[in-house]
Amino acid sequence: MTTTDTRLESGTSDLYLSMYRDMVRSRVLSDRMFALNRQGRAAFAVTGQGHEAAQVGSAYALTAGADWVLPYYRDVGVLVALGMKPYDILLGLFAKAGDPTSGGRQMPCHWSWPEMRVVTRSSVIAANLPHAAGIAYASKLLGRGEVTIVYFGEGATSEGDFHEAVNFAAIHQLPVVFFCENNGYAISESQEKQMAILHVADRARGYGIEGQTVDGNDALTVLQTTRWVIEECRRGLGPKLIEAKTYRYAPHTSSDDDRRYRTRAELEEWTRKDPIDRLRNRLLADGVLTPDADGAIRAAAQREIDEAVEAAERAPDPPDDDAFRYVFAEDA
Amino acid sequence: MALKTYIEAIRDALIEEMDRAPNMLVLGEDIQEGGVFRATDGMLERFGPQRVLDTPLAESSIVGVSIGMATNGCLPVAELQFADFAYPAFNQLISEAARWRYRSYNGWGCPMVVRIPYGAGIRGAMYHSQSIEAMLAHVPGLKVVMPSTPYDAKGMLKAAIRDPDPVIYLEHKRAYRMLKEELPDGDYTVPIGPARLRREGDDITVISYGLMAHECLQAAEELAAEGIDATVLDLRTLAPLDRDAIVAAARRTGKALIVHEDNLTGGFGGEIAAIIAEHAFDDLDAPVRRLATPDVPAMPFNGALEDFLLPSREKIADAMRDLAAY
Ligand SMILES: Cc1ncc(C[n+]2csc(CCOP(=O)(O)OP(=O)(O)O)c2C)c(N)n1
Ligand SMILES: [Mg+2]
Repeated sequence: MTTTDTRLESGTSDLYLSMYRDMVRSRVLSDRMFALNRQGRAAFAVTGQGHEAAQVGSAYALTAGADWVLPYYRDVGVLVALGMKPYDILLGLFAKAGDPTSGGRQMPCHWSWPEMRVVTRSSVIAANLPHAAGIAYASKLLGRGEVTIVYFGEGATSEGDFHEAVNFAAIHQLPVVFFCENNGYAISESQEKQMAILHVADRARGYGIEGQTVDGNDALTVLQTTRWVIEECRRGLGPKLIEAKTYRYAPHTSSDDDRRYRTRAELEEWTRKDPIDRLRNRLLADGVLTPDADGAIRAAAQREIDEAVEAAERAPDPPDDDAFRYVFAEDA
Repeated sequence: MALKTYIEAIRDALIEEMDRAPNMLVLGEDIQEGGVFRATDGMLERFGPQRVLDTPLAESSIVGVSIGMATNGCLPVAELQFADFAYPAFNQLISEAARWRYRSYNGWGCPMVVRIPYGAGIRGAMYHSQSIEAMLAHVPGLKVVMPSTPYDAKGMLKAAIRDPDPVIYLEHKRAYRMLKEELPDGDYTVPIGPARLRREGDDITVISYGLMAHECLQAAEELAAEGIDATVLDLRTLAPLDRDAIVAAARRTGKALIVHEDNLTGGFGGEIAAIIAEHAFDDLDAPVRRLATPDVPAMPFNGALEDFLLPSREKIADAMRDLAAY
């Protein structure tokens, strides 16, 4: 595993503060989405608590709007880092008209954001990995410098689509980053039930590409590794696979009861490695953040989410006949 | 007798058959923990991890290895977590399982059951709501059953497990805890194939299957109070199909309404309508009607839109009134 223990680079404290702020905003938003489900105000929630360092750290390595992004349902942090407003994410939670991801059609957190090259995905695990390879093939064919990143859990690496996509990307040396958020579980199934290897990154070698395992709870390591990997891709040395080891703090979704398959002791142990605490302590120690400034960041996040919930919940439903739109192009 | 929900009926059938047949096993994603709907709850403790098998997240291999197990003397009952995630396994179901016996000229059989939760009405959105029966029933070599009551759920699952060929067993998620019934203790089976008349009446005929058959029956009871007396035929099995029962039910009233949750075009209702047109034409007093979900790619997450699209008891009752008045 790669870990960073260098001093913070000078002149980057604003960047790190911004990452920290987005990790906090992502956590507050995720917690709230789950709470809204528990209060009966949202039909379903799937969130990313615990994955913030992996998500925000990697997203900060992208050139937003130029690079292609295929996130999965847990990637609240990726979208927050790319600049999606909590209000817009909440329109999706409440399935309201104007939900930018699907017009209230998809489950929450099934992202799509054409302006930012965030490509639509289904709920079908791993189905979008070949799309990422195809997008990267087009980038190469058309001579564009952009890179594609596709996010997925370790569970997805059992599907044929994972293997077919990595193989295709490797054959054609495509500028694509396969970013695995390995939280050790696919719903109830722990990693030993899913694969006979310790590291998803080891799968890469079988396809002739490089795979790296990183501490997914260390935002700075994730940022640095993803930056390096993306640079390599831009120079035509892709594809690459990154495995960020992490843990999810919430149940799989609002429909899951994780107490059935995970011990509270295990959860406790990972809670002590909270990625947000980790970055905060680092920034405090380096004098980039003060306790007061931290308090202000947290309070601002709470306020922002409060206001967004209030507004999104009041937004109108789509009209009935909206259900028939866009089966095909309307201006064809 | 004991009061059982639909999902308990399924679990009881699995456990009783596992007790009976030491070569039987269940497999799928999250099965050991009980499955996401808890159909296999408690089975790990009873039968151990080799016969209650957690698979990797890979549907093609869930069905593919089941075919191999069946070929070598086991009785696999696979669970695909949602109908919407069955497509990665379609290659194995359609190219392999369905053609296994036929292509080997009866040299090999594939005694396997694939349980698949289907259906909408639970705010499951585009990928946790689909009905996939028409695609599967189209393929000769697959048996397709869709029980609508706890009694049938248990008896037909047992029949499916004892069947020598691959059986697709479609269970509606909304039925799991909503439908309850007193079931006889111990062993019984309900044969794959025969449809069942749930209600007899002389005004109109309603033909359905799966959870929609239940909704049709409820609607028919409502309409009886208004003086409209309906026959309700529950197909229970789509393949092999009980054509005689369809023709007889349509002839009885001369007015047939077909209801399913799957979308209209190319839906199974078209097949039923064709059978009626071919074999009961002279007895018809009205055009055959179909009530189905409109042709949109999938159910939206928005609750109002889902209600707008999905056939419901009220929409069925309206369609029945309409047909009765023809
Ligand atoms: C093809 C397919 N099969 C099954 C499911 C149901 N399902 C949803 S998430 C999930 C587990 C995914 O685990 P992983 O890839 O590790 O991601 P995580 O949720 O742990 O972040 C399963 C089995 C699905 N969505 N798609
Ligand atoms: Mg996982």
